[in-house]
Amino acid sequence: MKDGHAPRRKLLIVIAGLLALLMITPFTSSYVIVLITHALVFAILAMSLDILLGYTGLPSLGQAAYLGMGAYLTAILAARYQFGLDWTFWVVILMGILIGAATAALFGLLAIRAGGVYFLMITLALAMCVWGLAYRWNSLTGGDNGIILPPRPQFGIQLSDDVTFFYLVFGFFVVSLAMLYILVKSPFGRSLEGIRENELRMRILGYNTWLHKYIAFIIAGGFGGLAGVLWAHAHGLVSPEDVTLATSVDALLMVVLGGSGTLVGGAIGAGIVVFLREYLSTLVPWWQYVLGGVYVLTILYLPGGLMSIPERVRGWRASSPGRSLSDLRPTNS
Amino acid sequence: MLSKIAGSFRWGLMAACLAFGVGVSPSSVAAERELRIGFLAPMTGIFAQVGKDMTNGFQMYLDEVGGDFAGAKVKFIVEDEEGKPPVGVRKVEKLIRQDKVHMFIGGLLASTGYARAPVSTRLKTVYVPSIPAADDLTQRDSAKFPYVVRTGWTSSQPSHPFGEWACQQGYKRIVTIAADYAFGHEIVGGFQKAFEDCGGRIIQKIWPPLGTIDFGPFIPTLKKDADAIFTVMVGPMSLQFPKQLASAGIRKPVLGGGTSYDEFVLPSMGDEVIGHISALQYSAALDTPKNTAFVKKYREKYGKVPSYYSESNYSTAQMIHEVMKKTKGKWPGAEQFVKMLASVQLETPRGPVRLDEMRNPVHNVYIRMVRKKKEHGYDKDELWNTVIKTYPNVGQFWKYRKEEFLKQPVYSRDFPPCKYCE
Repeated sequence: MKDGHAPRRKLLIVIAGLLALLMITPFTSSYVIVLITHALVFAILAMSLDILLGYTGLPSLGQAAYLGMGAYLTAILAARYQFGLDWTFWVVILMGILIGAATAALFGLLAIRAGGVYFLMITLALAMCVWGLAYRWNSLTGGDNGIILPPRPQFGIQLSDDVTFFYLVFGFFVVSLAMLYILVKSPFGRSLEGIRENELRMRILGYNTWLHKYIAFIIAGGFGGLAGVLWAHAHGLVSPEDVTLATSVDALLMVVLGGSGTLVGGAIGAGIVVFLREYLSTLVPWWQYVLGGVYVLTILYLPGGLMSIPERVRGWRASSPGRSLSDLRPTNS
Repeated sequence: MLSKIAGSFRWGLMAACLAFGVGVSPSSVAAERELRIGFLAPMTGIFAQVGKDMTNGFQMYLDEVGGDFAGAKVKFIVEDEEGKPPVGVRKVEKLIRQDKVHMFIGGLLASTGYARAPVSTRLKTVYVPSIPAADDLTQRDSAKFPYVVRTGWTSSQPSHPFGEWACQQGYKRIVTIAADYAFGHEIVGGFQKAFEDCGGRIIQKIWPPLGTIDFGPFIPTLKKDADAIFTVMVGPMSLQFPKQLASAGIRKPVLGGGTSYDEFVLPSMGDEVIGHISALQYSAALDTPKNTAFVKKYREKYGKVPSYYSESNYSTAQMIHEVMKKTKGKWPGAEQFVKMLASVQLETPRGPVRLDEMRNPVHNVYIRMVRKKKEHGYDKDELWNTVIKTYPNVGQFWKYRKEEFLKQPVYSRDFPPCKYCE
C-alpha cells in the first residue's frame, strides 16, 4: 500500500465503528439489542476461529466444541450448584476460558498432526464427540432437553437487564478483539502467518511449527470457551443443538463471509449471519436458500470476503484510471 | 484520494450494517382491538409436515370466524422453530419483543416446551403449549410457569389408562422401544407405571435416538419371548418402524403412543400397521357430529385427514375465542387471561375438554386400533384409528392421588426403574 498511514486509519475506523455500535445499540428496539448481543458472542467465536483459519491456515470444523464446553460448564454450575450467579461469575468466565483451552489442548494433540482436509475431518469428529456427550450424558447435561439457566448473575449490576448485558458482552468483545489483534501483530502471530504461507520453509528456518500451531489452537479454544460462557447467559438455555456441526459451520462461514485473516471480518460476518438468519426466516420459509446463495456468491466472487471489497474497489479504480462510475463496463485487461 | 474513497466506502458499509439494525425497530402502536398471536411450528427440517398440520388447524378456525375473535382482529404470526429448542427460544424473543404478541402458542417437541416456558415467565407473556406435552410443565414445575396454560396434553396422560388396558387384555410381558427424549421417556414411564401396578412386567426398554429411521440395529435385540411391543415414534420415525418390524418378520401385537399412528402419517402407511393399537385423546375416526364435520371440512380444505396436531391447535383457537367472547374482544391482561383460559369448558372435535387446577386438560382418552374401512361416509377403504374403548374425562394424574403422584420424580429413562428387565 502506498499510504503509510493506512494501518492507523484502519484502526481508527474500527474504533469509530465500535463506538458507534456502543452508542446506538441501547436506543434500538429490545429485540435488536438481543440480536446484537448474540452477534457479538458469535463474533468472539468467529475471531477465535480466524486465528486458526485466517492466520495459521488451519480450517477447523470443530469450533462449536469449545463454545459447547464453556456453555455447558456455565449451565451446569449455575443450574446445579447456583455457582456463578454473583461475583463468582468472573470465576466462571475464567473457568470457561480454561476449559475451552484445556479441551483444545487435548484435541490439538490429535488434530495438529494433520493438515488440510484431514485436519478438517479430525476437528469435525472431535466436535461430534462433544455433541455426543451433551446428547447422551443425560444425568449431567439433561440430554436432548438441555439445561435451562437461572436468571443472569447480579453483582451490584443486574445482568438480567438486556442493555447491561449487552455492555458486558461488548466489553468482552472489545477486549478479545484487542488481545487477538496484539497476538497477530506479535512475532508469534507473524510466525503463524509464515506457517500458513509455507510451513516447510518455516521448519527449515528452525521454527517449531507444531508447537506454534498447537499454541494457536489452544488460544482459539480459550476464546471459544469464553464465547460459550457468554452464550449460555445470553440465551438462558444450553442444548445439544448449540454444539452441532451446524454451529461450527456457521462460525466458519462467518469468517469466510467477512474475510479470513482480518479478525474484524469474522465479527462483521457474525453480524450479517445473525441478522440475515433471524429476519429472513421470519419473512420467507425458504430463507436457507437465500443464506446459501449469499455464501456461494461470496466465495465465488469475493474469495477474500467482505473485507476485501475496499481493496477490490481500489484495485479496480487503479486499473482503470479516468473512468467514471457512470460507464461501468467489464474490461478485458 | 483513492484511499479516502475506500475509507468512506468502509464507513458506508458500517453505517449500512447499523442502519439495518436500527431500521427494523418494532412496528408502531397497534390498533386497540387487536389480538396478536405468535405461533411456533417447525416449517423446515424433518418435522415440517407436522408443522404444517399444526398451522393448518389453527388457521382453519381463524378462517371460520373470519379472523375475528369477538371483535378483536387476530394477527396471526407464524414462526419457524425448526424443531430445535434454541431456535424456538430465539423466535419467542422475537415474537414478544418485536411483534409484541399477547401470547405465543405451539412448538412441537417436549424439549422445546421445557425450553420455552421459562421465557414466558421471564418476559411475562402467556404461553399455550398446544402440542408440547412435557409432563412437568403442568406438574412439578407448574408453579415456576404462571403464564403457561396447556390446551394439549401431558405425555403420560393417555399412557396411564392404556397401561391398565394392556394389562386387562392379558399381556404379561412387554418390551418398549421409544424415541430417546423427554416425550418418549414420559409416555413409556406412564405406561410402565400403570401396567406394572396392575401386575404386568416391562422386561426390556430400548431407546433409539430421536429421528432414527434405520431400526436395523434395534429390532433384532427385541426379546423374542415378549407378549407385545410398546412403541413411541415421532415424525418420520413412525413411518419407518412398523415397516421394518414387519419385514423383520416379527408378528407380535404392537401397542404404541398416539403419535406412532397419528393421522399425519397413517395414510402413507401400509397394511402392516393394521391391528396396531394406540392411545390418544383424539382420533380422526371419532364418530361424533362435531368431529365428522371437522374432518370433512379439514379434508376438503387441505386435502388430507386432520391429525391430532391439527385438532389440538384448532381446539386451542376455539378456546381462546371462548375467552375473548367473555371479554368482548378486549385483552384482559396476561394473568387474567391465564385464569379465564383455564376455566374454559368446551365441546371440541376431540370431545369435552375442561382444564384442571394445574392448567392441563381433562379429556377423554381413546384406545384406537388401526383398521382398514370406510369412515365418515367416504367411499374408499382407508386406514383409520378406530376407537375400541373410551376412557372418559381422564386427567393428568388419572387414578393416582395428586400429592403422591407429584412426590415421585418425573418419568425419565430411569424412572420408573426397570425392575423386571432381563
